[in-house]
Formats: sequence, C-alpha cells, structure tokens
Amino acid sequence: MEADVTVIGGGLVGSCMAYGLARLGARVLVLDEGDVARRASRANFALVWVQSKGMGMPQYSAWSHGSSERWADFAALLAEETGIDVVHQRPGGFALCLSDDEMEARTRFIQRLQAQPGAPRIPYEVLDHAGVKRMLPDIGPDVVGAIYSPADGHVNSLKLFRALHVANGKRGVAYRPECVVDAIESRDGGFRIRGNWGEARSARIVLAAGLGNARLAPMVGLDAPVIPSKGQVLITEKVAPFLHYPMGTIRQTDEGGVMMGDSQEDAGFDTVVTNPVISVMAERAMRSFPLLRDLNVVRTWSASRVMSPDGFPIYAQSRTAPGAFVVTCHSGVTLAAAHALTLAPQVQAGALADELSCFSGARFHVPQAA
Amino acid sequence: MFRRLPDHNAETIRFTFDGAPLAARRGDTVAAALLANGIATCRATPAKGTARGPYCLMGVCFECLVTIDGTGNRQGCLVALEEGMRIETQAGARRAVAP
Ligand SMILES: Cc1cc2nc3c(=O)[nH]c(=O)nc-3n(C[C@H](O)[C@H](O)[C@H](O)COP(=O)(O)OP(=O)(O)OC[C@H]3O[C@@H](n4cnc5c(N)ncnc54)[C@H](O)[C@@H]3O)c2cc1C
Ligand code: FES
Repeated sequence: MEADVTVIGGGLVGSCMAYGLARLGARVLVLDEGDVARRASRANFALVWVQSKGMGMPQYSAWSHGSSERWADFAALLAEETGIDVVHQRPGGFALCLSDDEMEARTRFIQRLQAQPGAPRIPYEVLDHAGVKRMLPDIGPDVVGAIYSPADGHVNSLKLFRALHVANGKRGVAYRPECVVDAIESRDGGFRIRGNWGEARSARIVLAAGLGNARLAPMVGLDAPVIPSKGQVLITEKVAPFLHYPMGTIRQTDEGGVMMGDSQEDAGFDTVVTNPVISVMAERAMRSFPLLRDLNVVRTWSASRVMSPDGFPIYAQSRTAPGAFVVTCHSGVTLAAAHALTLAPQVQAGALADELSCFSGARFHVPQAA
Repeated sequence: MFRRLPDHNAETIRFTFDGAPLAARRGDTVAAALLANGIATCRATPAKGTARGPYCLMGVCFECLVTIDGTGNRQGCLVALEEGMRIETQAGARRAVAP
C-alpha cells in the first residue's frame, strides 16, 4: 500500500494523529519500534489535567482546556468504534496542600496563571480543610486545603492506548512495529523513509516519535530538542473505590489500585526506581490519606517524559520540506482529544492553524544577544 | 485433592478458616494449609464475585488473597501459617480503612 501519510512513532501521540487522519479518509502508515521501546504511553499517570497548565504560555492553557472539553466526545467515539470503554471521568480534580505555605503558593500560582493576557478562565475553587473534607472524607489532618477545578479528570490510559490501536486497525491504518526509522529524505514533493527493515514513501509525514523526535526532526528541517524527564509511579493493591476524584499526585484507578506519583526529576535515560524519591511520594500520599498506610504497594515503575526546553508542546510544519510535521508534548493523555480531533485535521488540510504558531520549534532559536 | 509427603517431625499448628477449626503443619504457607485441608477457593473477585483459589503459589497471580486476622487482601502463598491465625475468605474488594 502507498500511504498518504506516514506517522513515525506509535505511542499515544502517533496513535492519536493516525486515528484523526484515518477518520478523514487518509491512508496512514505507522512505523514504530518494538516492544522494548521507551514508551511514556504505557507508564503514565493517566490524568486529563488542566488546572496548573500554561504558566508562561497562556495558549497552552487554552489548548489543554480545549482538549479536556472534547475528551468526553472523544471517549464516546472510541467506545462506539471499538467497544472499549476507556473510563474517561471528569469529576474535577484536586491539588492538595499540606502546609499554609503550599496553600498560599498554589493559590497565588493559579491567580497569576489566569491573569496572563489571553489566558482562558478555567473555573476553580480555593477550599479549606473542611471544604475538601466534604468531597474527600478520607483526607488526613495535615491537609490544609486544596485547589479544586471541575475541569480536571482522568482516564484508563492503557485502555486508551489499546482502543486507539484497535480503532486504527479497523480503519485500515497499517501499523508496523520493529521499524526504527534511521533516515528521512524529502524528494519530489514527498518523503523517503528508511531503516534496516526497508523503506517507505509518502507525500506527508508526521514525526510523533516521542524522545526519538530530537534525532528525526533535523532530517527534515524541523526542531524538536526534547529530552527525557524521569517520572516514578507506585500502585497499591486493588481496594473498594473510595477516592472519587483525581489528585495531581494520587488517584484511584477504575480497577481499584491507588496510584501515587509522579515525581519530576532530571535523570537522563536512567529509569531505575530510586528509593528516596518514592518514599517522599508515599509519605506525602499517606499524610494526604492516612488510610493508604495499611495498603500494600504491589508495583512501582519509572519512565521518561518527553520534555521540551520550556515544557510546552512542539507543533510545526517544516518550511524547507513542506508536508513534514512534528507533534510532540509531555501530556499526551490530556491532549489526546486535541491531537485526534483538532490537530490531525489541520495536518490533513496541509497547514497548521495560526493559533498554533506559538508552538513551533522555531521559538528555541531566539537570536543570541551580542 | 492433595496428599502430604510423609513429614512426621513437623509440628501441628491450629488455625481457623471462616470460623471452622483446622490444623496444618509448621512451615506451611497459608495457601498450602488451605489446600492441604481440601479448601480450593479462598476469595470472590471484586468484579463479578467469581470464586478463586491459590494458583501460582509464588506471589505473582494474586489469586490466593485472604483476610488474615482482620487484614484483607493478604497473599496466602507468601504468609507463613502461625498458631491461632484467623483466616477468612476475601469477599470482593478490600476496603481501605483509617488506621
Ligand atoms: C511517569 C509519567 C507520568 C505521566 N503522567 C501523565 C498524565 O497524568 N497525563 C498526561 O497527559 N500525560 C502524562 N504523561 C505523559 C504521556 O505519557 C506522554 O505525553 C505520552 O505518552 C507521550 O506519547 P508519545 O507518543 O509522544 O511518546 P512515547 O509513548 O514515548 O512513544 C513514542 C514512540 O515512538 C517510537 N519511536 C521513537 N523513535 C523512533 C524511530 N526512530 N522510528 C520509529 N519509531 C520510533 C517509540 O518506540 C515509541 O513507541 C506522563 C509520562 C510519564 C513518564
Ligand atoms: S497463589 Fe499466586 S500469588 Fe499466591
């Protein structure tokens, strides 16, 4: 099959792009690595999170909020096409604070975030201990208060990943694992993509290779200087549902396990779980919800986030090789709906919308002061 | 279901399962003690309430969950049987309770 578009990378970002393109009738080829690949998509915390996004770039706040607004429709589409319920829920989310200083800092942060010119007004409430306890009866005495935003939610991200692959299969997307791309050439208005598996050609390409984008982007005149940022997660045994809202760092999955996370460290490609970090995470979680103290942790893992220099997504079309797009971000669960339903149609139409121009990788090339 | 290998020296240990008095040997895990007493089901799944019992006997499958002395979701195959243990069926999901 000759594809119209080749998507490089079959994680959440590439799968969402492939899905969005296939829905519009494009013939799509996805080239991915094998099972041993570093994939943030199978190790994440599964939040569809909005309240703290976009300090320094209000457009990112709006983009995240926009995605969260479309998430319910997106989940319904996937359920209809695949029969898989990805368990999207949007009861609102809490950022719990364990001291007065934290409470003050968080409150000031969200005020400044929303005071940025052009920032969307995302609803939120500042709650004291009693206010939080009304919604989360199991909090401990150390919880001083919280920021609650009804815009936040969560999902089962492994089911999401699976649903996307099933939906893509049904729509005729060709998925080829064990196809590491080593070279891309643009020629005759199209692209020749090569690796030790052979080669593929298409008129358009989407670079969605997560951390691999740093290497691939320069091959087609794009910039994606992403680096790994380590995140660690703990999960407990499955227990009866008691947390009916997600927190930024604690959530109970639909299957009953309580996840605790999600540290941000600068640790290169080292994905070994380190004790001090997870003990701090567990300690905070137990102060937030003392009943966690008696539960068994059954697994811990760590994985690499895909981080750009300023933490915001990179979306761009190449100037020197038109038809080549790069799509990369560190919150691919939250942004899944936006990628599939907003960004993919723009790629299909051949041009990214003006309001996304702020996300171009060109922003990392501010001329050096003399 | 299972028959013990001859092991005359091991001390007998008494315990209860869902209130019924039973005996097994020192060195048995809780899961082994149940199996040796012909008890093949020890929990009901949280999703559908289906009966399940010890399977892998090495800590991987979580099929052997029981409540031991009031603490739920313990892996019977990883806990050594002690004199007087009160073992109960793990019926559905464990409830997290404040300490
Ligand atoms: C601990 C942790 C917690 C997180 N929590 C959240 C959260 O709560 N909410 C949220 O929205 N996001 C969260 N994220 C981020 C989210 O998981 C990622 O944004 C998302 O999974 C990134 O998807 P991706 O497809 O870009 O990258 P990946 O999943 O890494 O996929 C990239 C794919 O590209 C392939 N690839 C790479 N190079 C090549 C090449 N040369 N040729 C072919 N294929 C290639 C790889 O094999 C891989 O399959 C979290 C991440 C981590 C690590
Ligand atoms: S029998 Fe498998 S974990 Fe105990």
